[in-house]
Amino acid sequence: MCSGRVDLSFVLRAFSNGMDGVFIGGCRLKECNYITHGNYHALNMVLLGKKILEHIGLNPERLRIEFMSGGEGILFADVINDFGRKVKELGPLGKSEGIDKNELKSKIQEVAKLTPYIKIVKREKLESRLENKAEYDGLFTREEVDRLFREVISYHIDPEKCQACMICLKKCPVEAIAGGKNRIHVIDQEKCIKCGTCFDACPPRFGAVKTISGEPVPPPLPEAERTIIRKSKEKGAS
Amino acid sequence: MKGDYGYGKMQNVVTSMDYERLLCSTGPYEGEILRPSDKKHPHKTAWIQCVGSRRVTPGDNSYCSAVCCTYTQKQVILTKDHDAGAECTIFHNDIRSYGKDFERFYQRAENLPGVRFIRSYVSIGKEIQESKNVTIRYATTEDGVKEEEFDLVVLSVGLNPPADYEDLADKFGIELNSHGFCKAIPSNPLSTTRPGIFVSGAFQGPTDIPESVFTASGAGSQCGELLDYRRGKLTQERIYPPEKDVSREEPRIGVFVCHCGANIGRVVSVPSTVEYALTLPHVVYAQEQLFSCASNCAKEITDIIKEKGLNRVIVAACSPRTLEPLFRDTLREAGINQYYFEMANIREHNSWVHSKEKEEATQKAKDIIRMSVARACHLEPLQELDLPVNKTALVVGGGVSGMTCALSIANQGHEVFLVEKNKDLGGMARRIHYTLDGRDVQAYLRDLVEKVYRHPSVHVYTDATITEATGYVGNFVTKVNSERGVEEIKHGAAVIAIGADIYKPTEYLYGEDDRVITHLELEERISKGDEKIISAESLVMIQCVGCRNEDRNYCSRICCSVSIKNALKLKEINPLMDIYILYRDMMTYGFSEDYYREASNREVKFIRYDPLDKPLVETVKEGGTSRLRIAVTDYILGKKLAIDADCLALAAAVIPSAGAKEVAGLFKVSLGPDDFFKEAHVKLKPVEFAADGVYLCGMAQYPKHMPEAISQAYGAAGRVLTLLSHDTVIASGSVCEVDQKKCTGCGACISACTYDAIEFRETRQGKKAVVNPVICKGDGLCNARCPTGAITLKHFTDAELLSQIDAALGDV
Repeated sequence: MCSGRVDLSFVLRAFSNGMDGVFIGGCRLKECNYITHGNYHALNMVLLGKKILEHIGLNPERLRIEFMSGGEGILFADVINDFGRKVKELGPLGKSEGIDKNELKSKIQEVAKLTPYIKIVKREKLESRLENKAEYDGLFTREEVDRLFREVISYHIDPEKCQACMICLKKCPVEAIAGGKNRIHVIDQEKCIKCGTCFDACPPRFGAVKTISGEPVPPPLPEAERTIIRKSKEKGAS
Repeated sequence: MKGDYGYGKMQNVVTSMDYERLLCSTGPYEGEILRPSDKKHPHKTAWIQCVGSRRVTPGDNSYCSAVCCTYTQKQVILTKDHDAGAECTIFHNDIRSYGKDFERFYQRAENLPGVRFIRSYVSIGKEIQESKNVTIRYATTEDGVKEEEFDLVVLSVGLNPPADYEDLADKFGIELNSHGFCKAIPSNPLSTTRPGIFVSGAFQGPTDIPESVFTASGAGSQCGELLDYRRGKLTQERIYPPEKDVSREEPRIGVFVCHCGANIGRVVSVPSTVEYALTLPHVVYAQEQLFSCASNCAKEITDIIKEKGLNRVIVAACSPRTLEPLFRDTLREAGINQYYFEMANIREHNSWVHSKEKEEATQKAKDIIRMSVARACHLEPLQELDLPVNKTALVVGGGVSGMTCALSIANQGHEVFLVEKNKDLGGMARRIHYTLDGRDVQAYLRDLVEKVYRHPSVHVYTDATITEATGYVGNFVTKVNSERGVEEIKHGAAVIAIGADIYKPTEYLYGEDDRVITHLELEERISKGDEKIISAESLVMIQCVGCRNEDRNYCSRICCSVSIKNALKLKEINPLMDIYILYRDMMTYGFSEDYYREASNREVKFIRYDPLDKPLVETVKEGGTSRLRIAVTDYILGKKLAIDADCLALAAAVIPSAGAKEVAGLFKVSLGPDDFFKEAHVKLKPVEFAADGVYLCGMAQYPKHMPEAISQAYGAAGRVLTLLSHDTVIASGSVCEVDQKKCTGCGACISACTYDAIEFRETRQGKKAVVNPVICKGDGLCNARCPTGAITLKHFTDAELLSQIDAALGDV
């Protein structure tokens, strides 16, 4: 297992549990035990994570990554002692930042729920391999992360246009789309991870899946109104 | 150990071996450094290097013991680790940082606060009556002679031949060299003078760990060449009981907490961790053990699994790195899938680092165990794969290392494909003409090349390039483009022996004045009898050209010996020639120290220079002739010298082969910080890579002398044989897997996996990622990149890791 295996969701889970600080140790940059250089992925994730903490209102220094080899025990001890001191100085999570405990927890969980979405929209930056410290600082900006959360996209199926073809429903990776044959499809916004698979899957001639940003998603069509009455069938019936 | 330096007379003078025991947690004071006289912590410690080595006085050894510089640096680092305020002073001669990563290690020790490296011969002054402190007299160029007081003095003693060496040699009928170590035959450093008896490790001479490891493997390979017809005749297959399916049972966890002698038990209250473990959910059994890894304790684990009906086992002990395979085996012996085993590291992560905080350490041990218990509940049974092994080997690089390795593998009944990028076999050795001990390299090389071409199982491809290498351990497919056209070679193992290059200097007027040449060019010209060289009146050599600097932070290991070799050869031809060697530290480790001494005796002048005050080379016009003038500061004379030379030979660095990056990419192995190939473990796995089935030898790993390259080549052959002699190889069960339903075909996993273990496959639901489990190395990057949670690293799943994170907080 590589430090690049450390998922953003692990870090958020720790903070959500009330941990005051999270430290990630990785191999020295450019010295990969594999050939994948995954420690850069870990670094990118931490850089993003720090901006997310800021967005939430937490001190970004609560999250730290350092790179060292197995032979650098002293360095590791120094770093951990230093981090321990720092976290003690920062005090209990949320308290020193002036955020209420429950409010903080729900804020973190809200962000954690968006982890899949964050991975998709920031994919390129998360896989990048930076060469120097100056680049690290600029990889993610506070403004960028604030915008990311401000402009978060939701997917919605326009009931007027949905032909209940089942394509998006079958392709949804998290089974967030309800519906069936001749039943208008509806996205369960709680389950949806905003991957956009439905948007890509919906045949262009229908164009039923819409992206919504900055405004509330229309309420789902009541169960009773979801049956599609096909014109051909109407004809047959008359 | 003689009574030198007050040893045996003054209580606070100890040898480095005594000190090593003091540092050790199983040592006399359980890892506390206490000095003999009053059992107090020494604050000021001095090390004296080269004790008993590099001397011609009776009872001392003339050779360099080769390991003391670096072990002293290790002791200094550990001392600073014990007591950050400790003052460490090392009195040394040359710092012999000739090994891989040694230069960096030296810098690490030197850069620690309170550490002084002082280049000076020393003598012991006196023992101070009240304090029992010891004084040392030394001299520096800045301050002259000084006497300083130390709490403790450590003598860095060298290595001797084994005590009973003569008796041993008599019994086996083998010869010894003049130093009392085993005499090797000139063409084969692992063979004694008696055919069929081989030598490895420090009986060859003072040797560091990696050389000991690969010479052992190499001697094994040579035994294999003789005994191949008997291979496998005495082996017995291990039979395990059938595996029970417990995946649907409620977890029944057993926890075994190890004392590790005193290593854990001295710090952590083991009984209270056992008691605590029993309060954790699903834990049905817990006990302590003195050494869980001892065979009786391992057997006990197996027995208790059966007796108590355990379906998951946690051993709270050391790092899983070494012993996890052993404990997994205890589960297999009990008919439980081995991936139901979990190891809690309460030694390296706990007792060793918190030895002074016993209560907190006990609490931390409980935390670690609780996290392991949480994870264990989520563990899943995994199956390992038996992969067939193609019995053929591919050796990349047809130098001395590649050829030696190829022949040793072929002599044990395997087909070998030997791929060389140049028109002729031989590599760097084609440019070397004689050795330090005067042997003819070209004759040796001709003989070796002939053996390779004559061997029916060795297939040579010259002028060859590798265009593609795919596959995995036991089943590689490599495309080779050569005069024979493009050929696809199927092989089970690959050996990287692509050698190294020589730095082309840009300094000291090289390329501008044709009297400035490299040490290799000098050797070529000497061997051709070039009049200009052999009748020169004055010749200067500059060491460390292009290495031990910011660009290449390593020592090229061989250049000092090469320069001495050339100097001795020139003195033999033209005894009147003035030869100067401008050096930083003479790296004539081991027996080559004798040649250093010989050169010195033959009036070769050695002048040490400082890297901050390098020699200056210029051409000077005087009386109508142009002279090559080298200015250097002589620290012993304390003045600047100007030497006019007819020839300047630069000891140009050995640099990684230009093809190293490409070859590393093809075979999916990594390079170290200096771009030499990175072995799986610098000490213990010196010829293996982290990638299974790919091996390493020769200068591709690091600069080395020919006998070392030959030994390492045999060593690599030995490791190749341990793979190729089996019909199948086991691939780990901890690999990635895709849940096709969740895969959206976004490709994030594919771009993360530089092993190319993941590919798209078309399905009715569009393209889906598929992992090839035998290529997957289990790093889990794809798992972290996947937005939908479709791809999972088995044995390190989200559920397993999140459960540990949740458990970390405990009941707070």
